[in-house]
Amino acid sequence: MNFLLINFFLISLLLVTTFFIFKTTSLISVVALTGAFTLLCSAIYVNLDAVDVAFTEAAVGSGISTILMVMAAAKLPEGKKNKLINLFPSIILAVAISLILIIIIANLPLLGDPNAPIHLHVVPEYLKESKDFFHIPNVVTNILASYRGFDTLGETIVIFTAGLGVIALLTSNTLNRKTNFKKNKKNER
Amino acid sequence: MVGGLFIIITSQNYLKKVVGLAIFQTAVFVFFVSLAKVLDGTAPILTKMANAYSNPLPHVLILTAIVVGVATSALGLALVLQIYKNYETIEEKEIEFLELKSDK
Repeated sequence: MNFLLINFFLISLLLVTTFFIFKTTSLISVVALTGAFTLLCSAIYVNLDAVDVAFTEAAVGSGISTILMVMAAAKLPEGKKNKLINLFPSIILAVAISLILIIIIANLPLLGDPNAPIHLHVVPEYLKESKDFFHIPNVVTNILASYRGFDTLGETIVIFTAGLGVIALLTSNTLNRKTNFKKNKKNER
Repeated sequence: MVGGLFIIITSQNYLKKVVGLAIFQTAVFVFFVSLAKVLDGTAPILTKMANAYSNPLPHVLILTAIVVGVATSALGLALVLQIYKNYETIEEKEIEFLELKSDK
């Protein structure tokens, strides 16, 4: 019961944060609110017994990504109070998607049900065997590094590619748009 | 989750769109981790005291996904910076306006 109450409280805080991110125009406060959002999420993960995920979310999601966003926001101009675009179709889309999700969630097994199909395959073997195989008590580490090592390798490749993309974007000066607009501006003056 | 999608579509500011993408992702992660919860279970670290553990498999998948999500938003931020360098604005309507002017 306590568990559900804490969860409900944290999720309503998440909704409030999302609403204020939607409302604010100042970029730096949007970034700060995003940091708060991810930190709240890591609290929810702790409540849901996912300590490793909470750790990663607090370090990577709330730390590194907030730092990156602050660095970007420092170079960008202050956000302007503009009209929202596509307001009407997006409301319809949002309502439709939430209806579909509610219907789907009603068909899922209850939260915390130990006999849900997700808990019956593969995982009992992981929990039973991994201590004898790898001598590490943390099952998450065992699965991440050993059973699903190739997944982690793929993740590393993705990050490497993203890093290459960021470097290529930030150092390229050869986009012809730029010269076009600079010329136009000079002509106007 | 729907809130994140809403922000992506309705905001004009590109940085806010990146933030909306991050929120959208995080909501999916919370949903995934909530599937792994077992009532009266503890974190999946083997001890002699616990008798039930939460499901470790979704935790692993989400660990991978969080890191990939940060890579995605870093790439998005780099794109936003490059757009600002070229157009000197990051509002969608102003960029459309500039584009129309340059076509004439």
